Parts: sequence; structure tokens; C-alpha cells
Amino acid sequence: MIQVENLSKAFGPKLAVDDVSFSVQRGEILGFLGPNGAGKSTTMRMITGYLPPTAGLVKVGGHDVTEKAIEAKRLIGYLPESAPLYTDMTVEGFLGFCAEVRGLGGADKAKAIDRAIEMCFLKTVRRQSVDTLSKGYRHRTGFAQAIIHDPDILVMDEPTDGLDPNQKHEVRSLIRRMGQSKAIIFSTHILEEVEAACTRAIIIDQGKVVANGTPDELKAKSELANSYLVSINGTEAAAVREKLGSIIQSTKVTIVNDKPPTVLARVFPKDAGSDGALGQAIFSVAKQNEWNVNEIRKEEGRLDDVFRNITLSDTQAQ
Amino acid sequence: MKSIWTITKRELAGYFNSPVAYVFLVIFLLMTGAFTFMIGQFFERGQANLQPFFMWHPWLYLFLVPAVGMRLWSEERRLGTLELILTMPISPWQTITGKFIASWGFLILALLLTFPIWWTVNNLGSPDNGAIFTGYIGSALMAGGYLAITSMTSALTRNQVISFILSVVICLFLVLCGWPPVTDPLATMAPNWLVEGVAAFSVMPHFERLQQGVIDSRDLIYFISLIGFPLFATSVIIRSLRS
Ligand SMILES: Nc1ncnc2c1ncn2[C@@H]1O[C@H](COP(=O)(O)OP(=O)(O)OP(=O)(O)O)[C@@H](O)[C@H]1O
Ligand SMILES: [Mg+2]
Repeated sequence: MIQVENLSKAFGPKLAVDDVSFSVQRGEILGFLGPNGAGKSTTMRMITGYLPPTAGLVKVGGHDVTEKAIEAKRLIGYLPESAPLYTDMTVEGFLGFCAEVRGLGGADKAKAIDRAIEMCFLKTVRRQSVDTLSKGYRHRTGFAQAIIHDPDILVMDEPTDGLDPNQKHEVRSLIRRMGQSKAIIFSTHILEEVEAACTRAIIIDQGKVVANGTPDELKAKSELANSYLVSINGTEAAAVREKLGSIIQSTKVTIVNDKPPTVLARVFPKDAGSDGALGQAIFSVAKQNEWNVNEIRKEEGRLDDVFRNITLSDTQAQ
Repeated sequence: MKSIWTITKRELAGYFNSPVAYVFLVIFLLMTGAFTFMIGQFFERGQANLQPFFMWHPWLYLFLVPAVGMRLWSEERRLGTLELILTMPISPWQTITGKFIASWGFLILALLLTFPIWWTVNNLGSPDNGAIFTGYIGSALMAGGYLAITSMTSALTRNQVISFILSVVICLFLVLCGWPPVTDPLATMAPNWLVEGVAAFSVMPHFERLQQGVIDSRDLIYFISLIGFPLFATSVIIRSLRS
């Protein structure tokens, strides 16, 4: 439904988005990750037709966003960064205005408003003026505006920003539910959100796509992926390092923590695929040496490690 | 068409939901009254026409119209709602037109509320009501021209005060460049064609002809371009904001 091809955007000499390509189908929820200033919002602004691309193409539901702007915009619901709203209206009035601009009238409009208010838990502030709302409620009103016309495509820039933990949870499950029948892109700085809600994630850094895959695929890129964390009693760090280091399936052993009588060590696998063998090898080494193993845990890999490794280079360069 | 009306409705509601609109109406009516009856010496003149009423409009509008229009786009830019409205399935010119119609409608309402003056002059004598009618048309068109200019300056900045000042300056130029107290001394210094060329931009002669009941297509074309050109410039400015 969304097709982005070789999209670039320059602000003066600065390339904010650099040759980005990806696509999102119906039923997919794409998480957009990246450090501050990576170009997430700029990409979304081009997809929604707010900014014209410097180069490249965006197609939404088959319509070129620059050439068939109105047709494309009709399909999209958009929550801009920091959820701008008309502050001189009530929540209900604002949603009614958005519904009308989107061509809804009469009973359809009333139904759309009620639906959006219910989905975004806005009942209590329905008749309140927007400028007296708290930040979270403003954000929810912005979210309600984005889904008012039940769009096929949802583009949301940090949809859970400023929400309380309960609301974050609600919004994530709402996104997941809507994702079954829509194509959704949302950006976030919260990595659990990606695991909780996305079918696919893209990491963008300095305007370029640096990773694109399912959350599991991305996690597997972590250095820690498939390593084992072992907590052992009744021995010393040096012995653990030497004995575990001799296992042929492992490349490296690091001592994470050494507080006698407990040693906490991490064993890294040589080959991410054949990981079961490493666990068994660790067990048999412990048995041979008569160590007490308190705990042994296989690491799945953490998204934040992957994120940091991929995007850290430029922070250090600065 | 429906989308334009949706925008217009929202803007109008915006005016009337705030006390500013009512304050504006009161100030406008008080000032037209004061200028007409005190400075214009409406009664003392002993003539049954609205010349002392209309003659102040180019000056009154100089401040009142920019005050009404300054928020049109600067407010959208300040709140960030420009991004919202420009990503909705509605073209920029529809938004520009919708907003313009709302503010213009508000100004025309203010103008219509001056009807007691018309009523008074009809009770005191028998004025040329045709000329009064065209005078009102001219006044409304002039307000529209000022407003279109304010729309343009408002798109230029997110600061309402700057937009106000810019539009006052441009409108002041449009008044002064055809106002005899300015053009007469200039005519002695500069070549005639230059003074007349610049004066052609002025609202004054066009408005005066309409006050006298003369409907000349050139005057109408002048006012239509005075409204159309700045609105077109507004759309160009808004497009350039996005790149
Ligand atoms: N209108 C603009 N004019 C000039 N530079 C801009 C403009 N908009 C964005 N940029 C620059 O483009 C780059 C990308 O900005 P963008 O807002 O897309 O980042 P982001 O990934 O959304 O960051 P964040 O996580 O902080 O929201 C930044 O360096 C920013 O300064
Ligand atoms: Mg952003």
C-alpha cells in the first residue's frame, strides 16, 4: 500500500533523507527507529505529502503522492510529531471538523466522532476545549483525528509520546488490532514497542536505512544473541574463564561479575545457528569440574544493543 | 466547494468563540460613528450623502483589517496545524479561499452593522441610494483587498505582530500613493507619468469613483486583482514553506 522508492530530501546542503526505499503492505505494521535527527519525521512528511521529495517517489495505494495528492491523502490518516491541534475548538468540534474535511457528513460524521472518541478514551473530555487538555489527552485527540475516517493507511510520528503506561499499552494493542486490516507506519524511540507491536522494523540513521527486518531478525544481529549467561558457585573467575574458554563451540568468555562465591560469566557462541550444543557443553564442563550452576540463561539478543551498535558510530564521530 | 465551506465555518466559529470578535465589532462601529459625526461633521454639512462616512474607511481599515487577518496563517504555523491541514485531502487554494471568505464575511458583517447611518441619512434627506450602495460595495472590496494582503503577510511569518505591521505598511502605501496631499507635492518634483503610474496602484481613486455611484469595469478589475494577486502569492508562500 505504501511504496517508497529512492526517496531523498535535502534541506539546503544537508541531506536529511538519503535514498530510502521500502514498502508496506496491508496487514503490516512497520516500526520506524532511529536516533534523533535521523530523518524519520522527514520521511513521514514526504509520505503524507506535506514535504515534496527532492528525489525519488512515494506511492500510496497506487497514487503518486506528488501528482495525485488528494487521492493519496484521502487514504492516509496522519498523526504528525507533537500532535498539532486547533486549540480554539472542543475535542468534539475538532474531530467533527476533521471528519468534515475528509468528506464525512451527517450521521456518518456523528458515528465517526463517537467511534474515535471511544477508541481513544476521550469520553470524559469530549466537550472540553483543546487548549485546556493535558499533554496525554492532546496526543490522544491527535490520534483520534488520524483514525477518524478509518483509513487504510496510518502514518504516526511517535504515537505513544507523552502517554501514561496504561495508555501506551492501550495504544499499542490498538495499533496491533488495526494493523490486521491496514498498512501502518509508526516511529518510536521505545524499543519494546517495536517488539510489542511491529511485524517489521526499519532502523534509519543519518537519513539512510541501516537495518530492515522483523524484530526477531534484528535481535539476532545483537552481539549477545544466543550467548549464555552462567552463574556458578564454588570456583574462581580464572578457572571459569579457562575451562569454559576451552569449549570448542565458543569464541569468547567474559566474566560479567565476580563476587565470591558467585561467578557470573557470559559465553559467546562461535556459530549462531548451532546453539543447543553450546548449552550442553557448558553443562558438561560444569559437571566435570563439580561446579554448582545456579542459573544458565540463553540470551535472545536485545534490540537496544542492535540499535546502539548500528547507530552509535556517528554519535562517537561527532 | 463543500471543503471550502468547512474551512470557512471553522474560521468563523474561531472568531465568534473569542471575545476579540465582539470587541472588534464595537470598536469598528464606535470609530466609524466618531469619525463620521465628529470629524466628518455629518450633520453640519447639510448634505444628504455618506461621503463623510466612507471617506474614513481607507484609513480605518488600515488597522482594523490587518487586526482581523493577521492570525490567518501565522497561527497555523505557530500551532503546527499547517502540517495537519496540508496533509488532509483538500487543496491549499481551497484552504486559502475558505479562510479568506470567513474573514471577509466577518468584515462585511461589521460593515453592514453600520446601517443606522444609512437609515439616519435617509430620514434627514433624500440621498442617492444607488451611490450609497456602490459605496458599500467599494468599501467591502477595499476591505477584501487589504485582507488578501494581510493573508499574504500572515503566511510569511509565525509572528502575528510582524504580519500586522507588514500589512499595515503595504496597505498604507496603497492609500498614500494615490492620495492628493501626497501626490500633489510629488507631481511638482517627479515626472508626471511616474506619479500617475504609482497612483494607479492606489485604492483611493477606485474607491472614490464607486462612492460617486460610478461602476467602471476598470475599478472592478482593480479590486479583483487586489484580492486575487495577494491570495495567489499566499499560495506560493505556503508552497515554499514546505520545501
Ligand atoms: N524544515 C527543515 N529545514 C532544515 N532542516 C530540517 C528541516 N526539517 C528537518 N530538518 C533536519 O533534517 C534532519 C532530520 O530531521 P527529522 O525531524 O526527520 O528527524 P527525526 O528522525 O524525526 O528525529 P527525532 O527522533 O528527533 O524526531 C535533522 O537534522 C533536522 O535538523
Ligand atoms: Mg521526529
